[in-house]
Amino acid sequence: MEPRPEIAHWWFASIFLLLGLILLAEVIVGPTVFGRRPWRRYLWPATALASGVLLWLVAALSTFSMLHLIAHSIWAQAAMIAGAVELAVVRGLLRRPAWSLVTAGMLAVSGASFLVHEQNGWLFSRSAFLHHAIGWVLVAAALFPIGKAIRPRLAIWSTGFAVTVIVVAVLLYTDRDVAPIFGHLSEFAGESK
Amino acid sequence: MNEFVGRLEERAENRITTKRARFVAIEALGPLTILAGVVWAIAQPYRLVFLRDTEKGLWDYLGQPPLLVVFVGLVFSLLIAPGLLEDMRRVENDDRKDDGTAS
Repeated sequence: MEPRPEIAHWWFASIFLLLGLILLAEVIVGPTVFGRRPWRRYLWPATALASGVLLWLVAALSTFSMLHLIAHSIWAQAAMIAGAVELAVVRGLLRRPAWSLVTAGMLAVSGASFLVHEQNGWLFSRSAFLHHAIGWVLVAAALFPIGKAIRPRLAIWSTGFAVTVIVVAVLLYTDRDVAPIFGHLSEFAGESK
Repeated sequence: MNEFVGRLEERAENRITTKRARFVAIEALGPLTILAGVVWAIAQPYRLVFLRDTEKGLWDYLGQPPLLVVFVGLVFSLLIAPGLLEDMRRVENDDRKDDGTAS
């Protein structure tokens, strides 16, 4: 028996929360201390690349419509490209700060994927609300890597990125298969579970 | 003591305070996350499978959000934070040695 979608989302939320805490820790201790153990430097790029691979699996095995298929595929591709570029940056193969723009593109595309494949309004159900909220959070968060490309030394960009990952984790934790949002649940959404 | 020495001492004190704050922040991240999970479990006990009467499967036991938050906090506290604190101390010691060599 497969786990319900909400359970899969809570697992993803846990991975995001741990990643967010580690990224926040990087901001607190600074890049010199954080980079003393190589696995820590590779964590974020590897997570992006792995999530791209997992999203291809989601696109192939758990797709309900053509719109979902396209959204998941674009999202998977964007995550893999950003992960690969970040890996090259960590390895020292790419040095220019402008490469952060690839991560900005990934966040914008991921956010757009969330927004495009949710066809219902904000208060249709909790799931619809979360699609809109996560989508706009990711689109807005694209500003942080853009800022890093322009002013790489400012800590605010890394802090903003880490906080964004934690916010997405919190939003994912609030997911339920069918549940009201702020007291609203459309009659077309199904019965609350 | 002239004004330059006073400023240097003030700067050194600020640096020590910042370092202490960083140590405290890294030590606090994990416990704060665990606390958030515990508070969530108290506020919404129906999020815990053990406290529900409905039919439960293996996946329900593996996906209990407040316990997952507590688990993440534990992982950070036990596996991530100690290494970061150790590296912070090492870098601090290296800096001290460099300062000693320079002076």
